[in-house]
Amino acid sequence: MDSVTKRYPDGTVAVDHLSLEIPDRAITVLVGPSGCGKTTTLRMINRMVEPTEGTILLDGDDLGRQPVTTLRRSMGYVIQNAGLFQHRTILDNIATVPRMIGWGKQKSRERAAELMERVGLDASLGKRYPYQLSGGQQQRVGVARALAADPPVLLMDEPFSAVDPVVRKGLQDELLRIQDELGKTIVFVTHDIDEAIKLGTMVAVMRTGGRLAQFAPPAELLSDPADEFVEDFLGADRGIRRLSFFPSAGLELTRGPVVRADAAGAPPAAAGAPYLLVTDADDRPLGWARPEDLTAGSVDAARLLSHGRPFVPGTDSLRAALDCAVLSPAGWAVAVNDGGRVTGVVSQQTIAEAIRAAHDRTAAQETPGAGSADVTKVAP
Amino acid sequence: MNVLNFVNAFFSDSAHWHGYDGIPQRLLEHVQYTLMALGLATAIGLPIGLLTGHTGRGGNAVAFVATAARALPSFGLLVLIAVVVGIGLLPVMVPLVILAIPPILVTTYEAVRSVDPSPVDAARGMGMHEAGILFRVELPVALPLVLSGLRSAAIQVVSTATIAAYVSLGGIGRYIIDGLYQRDYEKVVGGATLVAALALVTLGLFWAAGRFAVSPGVRRR
Repeated sequence: MDSVTKRYPDGTVAVDHLSLEIPDRAITVLVGPSGCGKTTTLRMINRMVEPTEGTILLDGDDLGRQPVTTLRRSMGYVIQNAGLFQHRTILDNIATVPRMIGWGKQKSRERAAELMERVGLDASLGKRYPYQLSGGQQQRVGVARALAADPPVLLMDEPFSAVDPVVRKGLQDELLRIQDELGKTIVFVTHDIDEAIKLGTMVAVMRTGGRLAQFAPPAELLSDPADEFVEDFLGADRGIRRLSFFPSAGLELTRGPVVRADAAGAPPAAAGAPYLLVTDADDRPLGWARPEDLTAGSVDAARLLSHGRPFVPGTDSLRAALDCAVLSPAGWAVAVNDGGRVTGVVSQQTIAEAIRAAHDRTAAQETPGAGSADVTKVAP
Repeated sequence: MNVLNFVNAFFSDSAHWHGYDGIPQRLLEHVQYTLMALGLATAIGLPIGLLTGHTGRGGNAVAFVATAARALPSFGLLVLIAVVVGIGLLPVMVPLVILAIPPILVTTYEAVRSVDPSPVDAARGMGMHEAGILFRVELPVALPLVLSGLRSAAIQVVSTATIAAYVSLGGIGRYIIDGLYQRDYEKVVGGATLVAALALVTLGLFWAAGRFAVSPGVRRR
């Protein structure tokens, strides 16, 4: 996008000289408060809104030169509330664009069935009508419909903002999984900064008046906001959120204060520890206990203190590890493997040291001037 | 004698079932006038309603035309035109068509206007042509309301087509007008019963059309 401006006849400027280089095969998120022109920007890409000034190029070709229907058919479009056709079955909804571009009925239906599976919808829903589906399911159909003709570009306008937080998280995870498989160029609009940070490879923060405040990978946005507006928009706990980008793999675990319930009363390996983690016979965590409560030889489950939500080193980020340590009254985080068995515990002090080390590494990477775009992104 | 006796007497008289003044013939004429008027009104009202509803422009003009047309008395118009152009089908068709246009035009306009804008936005964003959006996205969803507009128009035309008899044409109105003139109340009541029955049949036909033409996804059952 090269210096694109949209000015309405009444003089309102929705987008003001916006220049953006949207990377191929990655998710670019446009985020900002309402009225910042993010939706207008998205709609200029498929020419639902025509720019007043400036040009938008796709692989070097001016979008303004293409017939508008051809252009739109080559871009998937997903909107809030899905916008399904209520008189058509789910299969026929998904098959809309393939049918428009002249695929046969049979081939379109087969493609639609394939996409239902891809977006995690049961095949039995294919013959149903939109009103028979939940909001989350309808949104999945919306995504499947946009993907039907296999467009290289996908435009998504606040697609997940009308569903509840649990469903939204599921849809976000599903989008990341689909993106891993398909590698589309996705432009995603949201007003939710957490969603932007979770989904975006690049995040464009826009401010009221349609101007770009910052365009950066999410980790850089959190560590290095361009100005006060971006900092405010990111919210108070950006330091904590930034930990989502630091892996927990390097944390040094100890099995010292871990004791099995059936071995309770035996002298603990870490004598003098203020708390011990009690596990069951399968090494699954039960809770924290004071050493003096265990000497009786039996474990009273009601007296155990909560161990918080354990983290999986390597999969979870330092944010999850810190969260677990802060939640635990003992101040220690419990590490488990994929099967939920305890592999060790780690103290807040150790996590704090790991955070310092991670900051140092990032700073060292930034010094050569390459930016911090190569920070590995791990699940928050 | 009460009304039921009149009805019974009228329908059991075998003379009423034959010839050019028989019930089958009068019914056929009545249905012909109705279909012709309804067809003309639909040909005028439906496209204008669809277009104004789709573009959202001309809503005020639609409301103005409809209100003006509703204010015209059918009977007065019939007499006026008959005086000007003479007796024939034209003085009958003009008031009936003018009667039928407002419900068709206004309901169609409102039906298309009230379609949820998000599927329309999605369809446009997918690269659907405007005609495709109107006929494949808006109309199927607006269809129940569009049909209800056609239904009110049809019922009104069925009832009002009786005035054709005033200008020497046929139809069920013949029985009512001739009956009143001849003080033959059996005939009057019989004719009125036929009109009412035809209106009910019309209702039934539109109900069946709705079942057949409206998608289960829109009917929600």
